[in-house]
This record gives sequence, C-alpha cells and structure tokens, in this order.
Amino acid sequence: MISITVNGTRHEVDVPPDMPLLWVIRDELGLTGTKFGCGAAQCGACTVHLDGAAARSCVLAVSQVSGKQINTIESLSTDNSHPVQKAWIAERVPQCGYCQSGQIMAAVALLRKTPKPTDDEIAQAMSNICRCGTYDRIRSAIRRAAAEA
Amino acid sequence: MDAPALSRGTFIHLTGTLGAGLCLACSVARCAPSAKPVAQEFAANIWVRIAPDDTVIVVLNKSEMGQGVATGLPTILADELDASMDHVRTEFAPADPRYVDTQFGDMITGGSTSIQDSWLPLRQAGATARAMLIAAAAKRWGVDPSTCTTRDGTVHHQPSNRSASYGSLAAVAATLPVPADVPLKTPDNFTLIGKHSQRLDLASKVNGSTRYGIDVQLPGMLYAAIARSPVFGGHVKSFDATKAKAVSGVSDVVQVSNGVAVVAKNTWAAFQGQKALQIVWDEGPNANVSTASLFADAERMAKEHKDERVALSRGNPGAASGTVVEAVYRGPFLAHATMEPMNATADVRDGRCEIWAPNQVPLRARAAAAKGSGLPPERCTIHTTYLGGGFGRRLEADYVEEAAEVSTAIKSPVKVMWTREDDIQHDFYRPMSVNVVRGVLSGGEVTALTHQVVSASWLRRWLPKALKNGIDGTDMAEVTDAPYAIPNFRATYIEHDHAIPIGSWRAPNANWNGFVTESFVDELAHAAGKDPLAFRLALLKHNPRAANLLTLVTQKAGWGRKQAGLAQGLAITFWNGSYGAIVADVSLQDKMPKVHRVVAAVDCGTVVNPDIVVQQAQSATNFGLSAALTGKITIRNGRVEQNNFYDYTVLHQTDAPSIEVHIVPSTAKPTGIGEVCTPPIAPAVGNAVFVLTGKRVRELPFSDALA
Repeated sequence: MISITVNGTRHEVDVPPDMPLLWVIRDELGLTGTKFGCGAAQCGACTVHLDGAAARSCVLAVSQVSGKQINTIESLSTDNSHPVQKAWIAERVPQCGYCQSGQIMAAVALLRKTPKPTDDEIAQAMSNICRCGTYDRIRSAIRRAAAEA
Repeated sequence: MDAPALSRGTFIHLTGTLGAGLCLACSVARCAPSAKPVAQEFAANIWVRIAPDDTVIVVLNKSEMGQGVATGLPTILADELDASMDHVRTEFAPADPRYVDTQFGDMITGGSTSIQDSWLPLRQAGATARAMLIAAAAKRWGVDPSTCTTRDGTVHHQPSNRSASYGSLAAVAATLPVPADVPLKTPDNFTLIGKHSQRLDLASKVNGSTRYGIDVQLPGMLYAAIARSPVFGGHVKSFDATKAKAVSGVSDVVQVSNGVAVVAKNTWAAFQGQKALQIVWDEGPNANVSTASLFADAERMAKEHKDERVALSRGNPGAASGTVVEAVYRGPFLAHATMEPMNATADVRDGRCEIWAPNQVPLRARAAAAKGSGLPPERCTIHTTYLGGGFGRRLEADYVEEAAEVSTAIKSPVKVMWTREDDIQHDFYRPMSVNVVRGVLSGGEVTALTHQVVSASWLRRWLPKALKNGIDGTDMAEVTDAPYAIPNFRATYIEHDHAIPIGSWRAPNANWNGFVTESFVDELAHAAGKDPLAFRLALLKHNPRAANLLTLVTQKAGWGRKQAGLAQGLAITFWNGSYGAIVADVSLQDKMPKVHRVVAAVDCGTVVNPDIVVQQAQSATNFGLSAALTGKITIRNGRVEQNNFYDYTVLHQTDAPSIEVHIVPSTAKPTGIGEVCTPPIAPAVGNAVFVLTGKRVRELPFSDALA
C-alpha cells in the first residue's frame, strides 16, 4: 500500500509503485478532472500541483509523491470562485475544455510564483497544448487574474 | 411515479455538475434512452421539454466538441420560445432516426452544418412550444390567447395583470393539441440570437466536472488497450500473452478484429500489458509503402493524366496566350490529434449493448456497436458524451466497434482507451495531395487557369452517394468553389487510391486546396506586378460578398502598412457557404515564420452567438497554423513514423498569435463557422514569407519547406 495526500485527504492505494500519479488519481480515486493527453509529459493535460508547483502527473511514479501535498483541479474551489477560474470564465476561454484543467492548474502555479507575469513569462510557463487553439484567451485570462489579484 | 425517473444518460449529466469523484452509482438495470420525457414534463416535440421547475431541456442532435453547439442550438430554440437562457439545460440525443439532420440524412456533426441545419427546425420547435404554453395560460385564465405575451419563460396577460411561469403551465400544455405552422419571429424581434454571448458549458469546463468519454466510470468496469497492426492492412499472425498477463492488474488478453486487447483493472496496467504483448504480424500487402513512393505515384498520375475527370470547365484554357506561370504543390498527410485520445466504454450483457462514447456520429456509432457486439442495432444504445475535440476524427466509429467487441468477449463493462501513440498511428488522416496549377497572364490579368488535383477520396468510403461523376467534391473544395472569376478555367480530379486510411479533417480538403489556390493567386499577382489585394479585388467584381470581406479585413489590418522586419500576407477562402479572410503579420525567426498578429474577417450569415463565432475563427486559424508550421505524418514501411506530440508537433503558446476577428453583419441564413478560418491562414503566412524571402513555399509544413 502506498499513502498519498490528494486535495488534503490521505488515501492508501494498492497499486504498483511505478504507476503514474495520473492513473491513481483518475482510476483509483475517481477524480476525473485531471486529464490524460499524451503519457509523455508533452501536453500538460494532466497538470496537478505538488506542494503548490505544477507537475505533469502522467510521468510521475506514485511512489515519488508519497508525503507531498497533491492538489487537483477539483481542489481550486467548490463554486468556481478561484481568481483564475473567474478569469477563465470572464475571458470565455474554454472550447472543448479538455485541456483546461491542466491549463488552469499551470496558470495558478505560474501566478503563485510570478504574480505579475510578462507575456513572455506566460508563453514560457504555459507550455500546455490546446488543440482548440485558445492560447490568445489563456493569455488574456492570466493577465486579468494577475491584474485583479 | 412521483419522482422524475433518471436514465443513466441523464445521470451522467447530473453527476457532471456535482463535482468529481463520483462513480456512476446507478443500477446496471437497463434504462430508456435519455431523450425520453420524464413524468410531469411537457414534451412539446422531440427537441424541447419543459419541467415543472421551469427548466427548459433542449435535446441536441449535434455533438459538443468545443464549437459551441451546446449553447448555439438552445439559443435558437430559446429565442422563439421566449425562454430565459438561465433555465436552459441540454442533453445529447440518443441514436434515433428521428434526430437525423437534413444535410446528411444522418446524425452527423460536421461540415460546419450544425447551426444552418438546425436553424429552422429549432425555431419551429421553440415557437410551437411557446404557442402551446400561451394556449395553456389562456385556457387557465379564460382569455383570448392573442391577448397574452411571453418573456423570459413566463406568459403574461397584461389586461388582468396575471402571469404564469412556463413550468407551472407544463402539465396543462402537455394536454393540448400541437398547432401547425406557427409563425416565426422576424429578425428584429430576436432577443437572444445575435446577442447572447455566454457559453452554457463554461462553468463545468473550469472545474474539471465536464464528463468526456474518458471520464465514464461504471460499476465493475474494466479497462482495455488494443495493440493494432503497425502496418496498415496487417493482421495478427500469432501472439504470446505471457508477459502481458504477468503485468500486475492485467486480467485477460483477447484477440479482436483490430488486433489484441489487454484487459486490466486500470488504464495503466492495460497500457503496460499492451506494450508487453509479443505479436507476430502478417504485414499484408502494404509493408513497402512510404510517403516517397506515394508522392512518386501521385506525380506520375498527374503527368499521365490517369483517369482524370473534369470537375468544372468554362471557356478554353488551352487557347489562352500570354505569360504562363506553372507550379506544383505538395501537401502532407495530417493527423487530428484531438486532446482526448480515442476511447469508448461498452457494456454488452443480457442481449443488450450500451455504449458511452465521445462521437460525432451517434447512428454510425450504433451500427458499429451492433457490429462489435453481434446484436441488432435496436438492442444497442448510444450515450454521446462531451468530446475532447473532434475535428472530423470522431466522424468515424472504429473505437466504438472495438469497445463493443471487447465487452462482448469478456462479458463485462469495459473502457477501451487509446494511447497517444495509438491515436497518431491509427488515425483517418487528411490525405496527401499533389496539385498542378497553371495560369496565363495577359495584360496584367489572369485569362486562364487550370488546377489539377491528385488526392485520395474519403467520401468514397464514408459517404459514397455524395460522389458526383466519380468526383469527391471535398477533394475539389476551394478549387471549383474558389471565389474568382477567371474566364477560361478547368479543374480536374485524379483519385489516388492507396493504403493509408484517410478521413475528414477540419474543412476537408479546402484545408489544403485553399493553400494552393490562395498561394497561386498570389504568385500570379506578383508575376503581373500587382498588389495582391488589388489583383484579387479585380477578380471579384462579380462577388461583392467576397470583395467586401477582403476590403474589411485589409482595412482592419492596415494592409500595406510597413513594419520593420515584418511582412503581411493575405488570403480568402470559401467553406460550405461561408467566407473567411485573413491578414497575417509575419517575421522570420530561425528560418521559420513567426506570426505576430492575425486579423480575420468572416461572413457566416446570421450570427447566433457572436463570441462563439469569434472563438471558432480563432480556433480554426490556430488549427490551420499548427498544421502549416510543423504538421506532417509520414509513412515508412507501411507504418506511421510519428508517435506522440514530441514528433507530431502542434502549436504551443509560444507561437500562438493574437487573433482579432471581425464579423460581417448579415441577415442571411446562417452558414457555418467551425472551419472557415482553417484554410486561409497557411496561404496568408506563405504569402508573407514570399515578401520576406522571395521564396515561394509550395509544400507544407513550413518547417520542411524552409529548412
């Protein structure tokens, strides 16, 4: 059994130690807001927070994260009141929406580290892929969240 | 019964709003399709039901894949109904022939047809329901219906100062006859159409609660991954499952039509088992096919005019004399790479097959379920989930058939999940093409143009009845329907039948032909020594709609403005009733085009939701730009060489331009917006690259052409 703390709750999971955190979160804990996109840390759809920093859970063995605070999109708020969620709604970012959990988690981590990011800092930090091409609005939403913080 | 009955499909929608972590706790007892009305609801027709609590439930026969139909379609209906959008809830229609569209006679979400196809039926549905609610109120109050008015989900009778909410009238309305030929609003009376700019699905898409196909969880569900033949057309010769079965969590290995399925208690174990399988493949007849051999074949067919068919001809291009400009363009295969990889969940038991799948084709998904399960279609139920992208890939139902087949074999509910590698290597690709174009200039004007297309036909497989005179019209899109008036013109088609599976890819295949047409018009403009805008406008005197759009986009972009290190490129293309035009401001960085700013203008007729039109113009532009910059699928030894996003690279934030969108005001019938900005971005960028470098790009992606 491996012990992990997700969204403040401790779970004992009976999985192989090399199973990526993504699949523990999705298949074992049933938290499906975190998405699978590539399994190779390329697209960022699986982005979660490890002790507050963005991490790609599809390549992170669950045994490596025992003892860390893991947070998923479900922990941001219960009512879409997190400033980044509010900015995402105000700028009407999502289209298909599939990548947006990861985008939002990456943005929250960016703003925690860099409260007033430049456009270049946004572009560098937000390496998540969106096939609907919502990039322009993601930038606008991050600028808005930064300005309103 | 007292409480409204929840079907399993409905339950997915409801749990979607309750946050994550919930498994579908409903019983596995079979339930009716989700569009069946529940007790006490007023089902005015197949499109709308009104609940006693005032909820307006709009049934969608189109899939929500980001393009906004789950907002746009209910907006159309709610406007005629005079409902409040705050009361609207949507559900996806079951696979049921009553929900077929008019364009395909099928349930198809594609071709930018959703709004245009639903425009009249949904308005009529809303207007009819409204008339019945008014009749119910008039009956209750004993007044003349013509003295009642409606607003925001309420019927008012001003003379007696009475009002009643739609929900309170539902039970009575349900007993009244359905009126025929209810008049529709005139556009000046629209309250939502053209005004409502929110999306109904935003809230659930910023907190992870939207349920896509991949998120379906059923009690006792297992997970499967399938190893498919790496060579197209190959088959399993033999396999050894020993190592796969040794993977912790793997419960079963079964051979299926498409390959070998590894069944496990979670996705990861299934993926590990898939990798551990040892399979000997019969590679079949295609093991020597390569991109190089396919292009050589296509170019030979072009030269030999092999089985060439005339798609459109006017005048006599052969007789025109003047300066001849000739060019050959080559377009690559492309994958869709939807963010949500292919998947489907099937539960085949007790003579029934139930499917949950992100799909653009519910009736075809039902047929696939029937094939995979061996059951008649009437015993198969399709629950269409939200789609994590479609772009045409989910016009196929291969993954549904797989899931039904695996569930049948293992007698358990199962989710068949594709890896990204499976997705990249087993797609239905945008076909490669070779286009030969020849123009004749005389007195600075184009007097003749011929355009020969060599490409494969996806409609021959997907919708054979749509072929006309043996010609796949989508292979000639943006050739025969390019907007220019050229007096002597001939468009011809050579069908290139080959082993690589091809399908519909956002704006098929204007997404490639538009690049050829708009790059070549630019070539002709430069050869004639004319400004590309003036040159185009001279060819559009007969087409004020296209000319006005070009004028608009160039005015907004400041066409002709000099900026250090930057050049502008222009393009306009047509797609299924709509025009899209783009000006791109481009520089060169490390030999690659860097797009700084895009100004797009669209004319898609009446606009239902202005912000979703802007979203789609931005989305389609970036989709086309992504492919133009680095997109290509190559074939070697009969198999796809690319694997994942590290070698099938797509647009990232660092290369995504700001995109400003202008919409032409229109009261014409709505056309479509999901695709029209995909074709013009690549030629706009290529035309700017020519200004910057003097090099004419005639093959994509730019990363190859400019290497």
